[in-house]
Amino acid sequence: MTKVTLEVNGKKVSKEVPDHTLLSVFLRDNLNLTGTHVGCDTSQCGACVVHVNGKSIKSCSTLAADIDGSKVTTIEGLAKDGKLHPMQAAFKKTHGLQCGFCTPGMVMSAVDLLQTKKNPSDKEIREWLEGNICRCTGYQNIVAAVKEAATKM
Amino acid sequence: MKSFNYHAPKDVKDASKLASSNSAFLAGGMTTIPSLKLGLATYKDIIDIKNIKKLSGIKVSGKSVTIGATTKHAEVASSKEVQKAIPALVKLAGNIGDAQVRNRGTIGGSISNNDPSACYPSACMALNAVIHTNSRKIPAAKFFTGMFETALKKGELVEAVEFQVPEKADYQKHPNPASRYAIIGVFVAKHKKEVNVAVTGAKSCVYIDKDLSKKLSSSFSSSAIEGMKVDDSEMNSDMHASSEYRANLVSLYAKKAVEAC
Repeated sequence: MTKVTLEVNGKKVSKEVPDHTLLSVFLRDNLNLTGTHVGCDTSQCGACVVHVNGKSIKSCSTLAADIDGSKVTTIEGLAKDGKLHPMQAAFKKTHGLQCGFCTPGMVMSAVDLLQTKKNPSDKEIREWLEGNICRCTGYQNIVAAVKEAATKM
Repeated sequence: MKSFNYHAPKDVKDASKLASSNSAFLAGGMTTIPSLKLGLATYKDIIDIKNIKKLSGIKVSGKSVTIGATTKHAEVASSKEVQKAIPALVKLAGNIGDAQVRNRGTIGGSISNNDPSACYPSACMALNAVIHTNSRKIPAAKFFTGMFETALKKGELVEAVEFQVPEKADYQKHPNPASRYAIIGVFVAKHKKEVNVAVTGAKSCVYIDKDLSKKLSSSFSSSAIEGMKVDDSEMNSDMHASSEYRANLVSLYAKKAVEAC
């Protein structure tokens, strides 16, 4: 067992967990933050993407113990005071989702993109979202959502 | 995933002491953790080396670029210093996996795993890299010994990779559309006296294509290797590409790389 202390969505949390606990498991099972989804479980689909110290990573391929002391932001931490984050609002506005399973990861990835690149081209958006797989939308509206959000962020 | 003991030593000595035949070093974990989850590997001890400060960072001198083992692909991809010295290395690092993999995956992990389709081993071979471990310096040509095999001994840890700055270089990759691993990756480096053409993804282990290298060493132009046939007898053949297709890509991508230099 190992003690993992994190700041998750601005709140300090500390839990004693088995050494092999994945960050995705820590978030979902220990903190009940089930917005972070686990899709493929082989690090390819990106449904589990969260931010660790501001950078997007795949939480299903990261040990909780490994990032002890870090700041984590999950999809639940984006909206502020009941108001959707501009990226969430843009996904809603442009119909960037259908079933919504991939959406938390898509949104977290896209937010990270706009942190590093303010006005990405279609090509840059598509390249950046390489690690996020969606079964429903054909990606067109997701790209449109990221472009829309870029005008607001 | 089967349970294990997680260790996060602060220096190389402690990391090495913890190592056993039933342990693995953990850097970015982009291969190790999926392997553990799929049950392809099990260990009693996982030794995380990311808290060892001296293993991370980039040093550029006139003749070489030295990258610490735990330096992430994203750091190499965004390094202005590396871009100035060896832009091909920046290009290679920026096209590994996806953005999230690049935010975690490391050069030391990549070369220690020696996946036959990984990108970095080709750069090591073409750029006459020297692999610094906690006990010795190993030339790249002797480091990569076979499929998922390296010259590393038990408890031996890669500390840094020292690349020779070439006159010109380029990396061309035909990625697997899902994993972004190289179906074929060709790294061409023109040094003062010789040209190295390193190939990944084609065979069970990265290698230098001697014929292409020789031809380009005497004349560094794409016309020198135009239409050159590459032997496909030892090449991988799978659902993504037949051995003949791979052999053709090696020739084609070597040409593309020369043209991009």
